[in-house]
Order: sequence, then C-alpha cells, then structure tokens
Amino acid sequence: MNASNPGALTSSLLYLDGVSVSFDGFKAIRGLSLTIEPGEMRAIIGPNGAGKTTMMDIITGKTKPDVGTVMFGGSIDLTKLDEAAIANLGIGRKFQKPTVFDFHTIEDNILLALKAPRSVAKTLFWKTAAAQAKRIDDILGIIKLGDARDRLAGSLSHGQKQWLEIGMLLAQDPKLLLVDEPAAGMTDGETAETAVLLKEIAKDHSVIVVEHDMGFIRELGVKVTVLHEGSVLAEGPLDVVSANERVVEVYLGR
Amino acid sequence: MISRFLLQNMDKRGYAFLAIVAAIGILVPLLNLAVPAGSPLHVPTSTMSLWGKYLCYALLAISLDLVWGYCGILSLGHGAFFALGGYAMGMYLMRQIGSRGTYGNPILPDFMVFLNWQELPWYWYGFSSFPFAMLMVLLAPGLLAFIFGWFAFRSRVTGVYLSIITQALTYALLLAFFRNDMGFGGNNGLTDFKDILGFNVQAQATRAALFSMTCVMLIAGFLIARGIVVSKLGKVVIAIRDAESRTRFLGYRVDRFKLFVFTVSACMAGVAGALYVPQVGIINPSEFAPANSIETVIWVAVGGRGTLVGAALGAVVVNYAKTVFTSGFMAPYWLFALGALFVFVTIFMPKGILGTAQQLWEKRRKPAPTATPEPAPAE
Repeated sequence: MNASNPGALTSSLLYLDGVSVSFDGFKAIRGLSLTIEPGEMRAIIGPNGAGKTTMMDIITGKTKPDVGTVMFGGSIDLTKLDEAAIANLGIGRKFQKPTVFDFHTIEDNILLALKAPRSVAKTLFWKTAAAQAKRIDDILGIIKLGDARDRLAGSLSHGQKQWLEIGMLLAQDPKLLLVDEPAAGMTDGETAETAVLLKEIAKDHSVIVVEHDMGFIRELGVKVTVLHEGSVLAEGPLDVVSANERVVEVYLGR
Repeated sequence: MISRFLLQNMDKRGYAFLAIVAAIGILVPLLNLAVPAGSPLHVPTSTMSLWGKYLCYALLAISLDLVWGYCGILSLGHGAFFALGGYAMGMYLMRQIGSRGTYGNPILPDFMVFLNWQELPWYWYGFSSFPFAMLMVLLAPGLLAFIFGWFAFRSRVTGVYLSIITQALTYALLLAFFRNDMGFGGNNGLTDFKDILGFNVQAQATRAALFSMTCVMLIAGFLIARGIVVSKLGKVVIAIRDAESRTRFLGYRVDRFKLFVFTVSACMAGVAGALYVPQVGIINPSEFAPANSIETVIWVAVGGRGTLVGAALGAVVVNYAKTVFTSGFMAPYWLFALGALFVFVTIFMPKGILGTAQQLWEKRRKPAPTATPEPAPAE
C-alpha cells in the first residue's frame, strides 16, 4: 500500500526502531524495535512488566518515547501527534480492563465509535444515515449483542464488555487494531469465540494482540513476539519461540 | 432544522417542565395585573419579583447542570458568569439614568462623579444601546469562559484542580470588582436604576414583563441545553464525563467538546444574571462571592444532577426554603439548614429530588423491572 506513497520510508504499516522510555529512572522500554506489515496479525507475549502496555501507550500517543522512531504508514511520525489525531489516522485500541461507556446503551457505544467526522459542529447536528445505521446493526450482529442494543453497557457481563469493545474497534474501522488481553477474565468458551472473532477481523485489518493465555495464542496461529524487560527477546512462530531457551527461562518456564 | 434540534426526543418530563414554566409565565403576570389587589387570587408585585429571582436561579442551575451533570466539570465559579451578565445589564441600566442621578451628570453615573472622574471609561462606551448591552451579556461571560477553558482544558486540568481554579477565578473577580478604580461602582455596585427600554423598572407592568421574559429565557435555556445533551455531541460529552481517556482514544478532541459546553453554559449563566439585575434592582461584587457559586452546586445536587429539570427544581425549592427560613425566627440557622440539606441529599438521595422521585415511581409502576435500570445522569 505504501508503494504509491512517495514519502514512505518503509513499507511497514507500523515501524518502531530503537524506542526507549523511562519513568522516574525505571526503563520501561529499552531499544525496542518492531515492524508490523499491512494485513498482519501479531501476538505479543511477555512476563508482567515486560513493557507490553507501555508499548501500546507509545503507539497510541499516551506516552512519548525518550528516544526512537515510531512511524505509521511509512511516513507519519506518531511521536508528534496526540491521542485523538492518532485515533483518527486509523489506530484503534482495546484496553486491558474493558472500558466501555457504562451510562450509554450498547448501540450508543457503537455509534460513538463509528467512523464519522469527530468535530464539535458535526456531532452537534449529527443525524445517523441509513448506511451507518446498517453498519451498527451489522456490528451488533457480529459481537452477538443485537438483542441487547438498548441495554446500558454498564449492565453487561465482563465477557460481553470485552466483545462490545471489540465491536467499537470494528466500528472505528481502523487500519491497525491494538488489542490488550482480549481473553482476560473470559470463560474457555468465550475465549475460543474471541479467537474466531479476532481471526475474522484480521482478514481485513492489521492487528496486534497482547495476551498471556498461551492456549489463546495457539488458536490464533500467528507470528509471536516475546518482550522481556522492554525489548524483543525472540520473534517467530509460537513453536519456535516456545522452544527458545531464553524464553523458557524468563517466561514460559515459570 | 432548529425546531427539530430543540424538540428531538422530547420526553414527558420535558413537556411537563415546558408547560409549567409557560403557564407560570402567563398566569402570574395576569393575576398580578388583571386581578384587583383585594382578591385572594391576586399575586402581589413583590411576590412576582421574588419568584422572578428564583427562575433566574433556575436558569443558572440549568447552565451549571449542563457542565457538571453531563460533562463532569464541577465549576465552583459559575456565579462569576452570572454576575458578569448582571453587570452588563447593570451598565445599560446605569446609562439609562442620564441626568436624573443625584449629581445630575448627563453622561457619568453618580459613583464616577463622586470619585471625581472627568470622563466615561472606554469600556462603558456603547452600553447606552440596549442591543449592544445584550450582546455583552452573552460575550462578557462567554469570552471569559472561552479563554479560561481554552487554557484549562488544553492543559488537561480536571477534577478537583479545575474546581479550585474556577473558585479562584470568581474570587479574583470579587476582589477586582470591589476596587473603586475598576469603574464598576466598587463596593456599592450598580443601583438606583430608572428605566429599561424607556419603561420604569419599578412599574408593575414592567415587572410583569420582566417576569414573563424570565420564563421565556428559562424555556429557551432549557431547550438549548436539552438539545445539546440529547444530540450526538451530548453523548460524546457524557462519554467524556465517564471515561475521558477512552473518548480521546476514539478520536474525539476532548478539550474542544469541554470548551463548547463550558462556553455555552457561561453565556446561559450570563443571561440569567442579566434578568436578575432589573428584578432585584442592584448588582454588586457580592454576586462573585465563592459561596454563591457553591450554593448553585447545592441546588443542582438537591434537584438531581444530570437531569436539567431537576436542577431548575432544586434552585426553586432551595431558594424558596431560604426565603422562608431567613425571614422568620430561624434566620440565624439558615446556613446550618443548608449544610444539613446538602449532607442529607448526598447520603440519602444521591440522585436528588427528581432522581429519587423517578425511582419510586418506577418501582410502583413495575415491581419487577424488566427493562434496564435508569442511571442517574444519562437521559
């Protein structure tokens, strides 16, 4: 997709190189380099404190790196932009703890996420067009919450909230989805369904999944990056990575 | 287009509010003007003006509810916007006095003559024109809110820190307006008004017209606030209240949405202040007192935060109680009663009068609720 973009420095959708950030002297990320190709789904694993969430904070503009390059779409420097600008570029994020708008209905949660102009004036005089209403219906169908559309999101179960958040990501229609622990707190059945849903989404989006659940990652069947102490320890198919001695030592072997 | 915006998804409660305010706005002046003073149905002019004052407070409460109830911005300085609107109206009324002041100066208001000022300060220019003064009623508070909000919301000042600086804002203005050399009458403020648009402000008919106008503006303020909160922008604003950073990650520029509602709210508070001044006959720096702004928060909390109608109800109920309390032998205890009321409402009726009444009503209607429980703030 970047072949046509003359300003592109790389063909990758997301390109991190030599990124470091520290909080009060603690190096949360040190010299992290990572590339995601268009259309790729990548799983990221690593022990607690490996820097997984901090990495997502950097990509989405919540945290600014001390040094390093973070490029999106080959030519856009993400370190210069704020959260809203990055979201509007097409990077969506699902948080570890499901954060939906509890006092809005499920339908309104999707409506707020739906790809549309985000300005004050446009939202003040907003009218949902037929195509947009249909898109909302479709998404509610995909996440199996169509019957609950008028319920408040706050009344959903934990697993349903995770799904609603994934639905909101779909509504945003981002180029890149960052999904933080989508299977956390889910039953085995829900976890399996979530894997199917993510694989479905990955058909036409790039996805980064951070997860602890090895069974879940096996179901996804994608390339895995292992983070440790803020940098990449190993990268490759799950079987190769899990045979790596260092990985076993710091993460799997526990 | 505009009526669609203002009336979209109007609920029963909204229609009831509009009907009641409209009925009061027509009946009270009628019972004051057309019914002879001896009749039991007669509404004395003093009562009408007193209720006019309550309704101005109701509009102020709605404006605060818009930012606090829906956007989560707890402004402890909304009295400042109210007072600025009041001063703009007061300046117009001062200029209407002309040479009828004690010192008979055709240009300078009495307090300026008293201070030996030779000419009108530049910022008093234009206030002899009613349309200009009305523009300033909106612009003075609106601009202050815009500039203040621009810096505060961009720097992501939230929560208790924002509340404290709004409080500091109104306190700073209180001190500034107390100074004689500010040119706003200092300690005494602006008073001794004679005419508004050529009509005697003391006249019964003028008072009746001002009362009706207050009802009209209360209705307009309610419709605008409601139009905003039920629009998609309103949903964004509620989302900001409940999960600000999540809203940002969806791509909404949170600071601009906050700035919009804050500025609209300040203009609305300014209008309330402008209607208040001719009805009470004076505007002085005490309107900037931090305690006034905090009392406004209590009205909204008592009536029901995030309901608009509840805010207006709370303002009227608390102020009526205040009038009853402070005019009898219980006068010294009013502040204790107000404090107790706030504590009582916070602990036992967290959703305010309106929210609690609604809960009781729903319980009676359907003992086993099948639908979703109604949350306090969303509507």
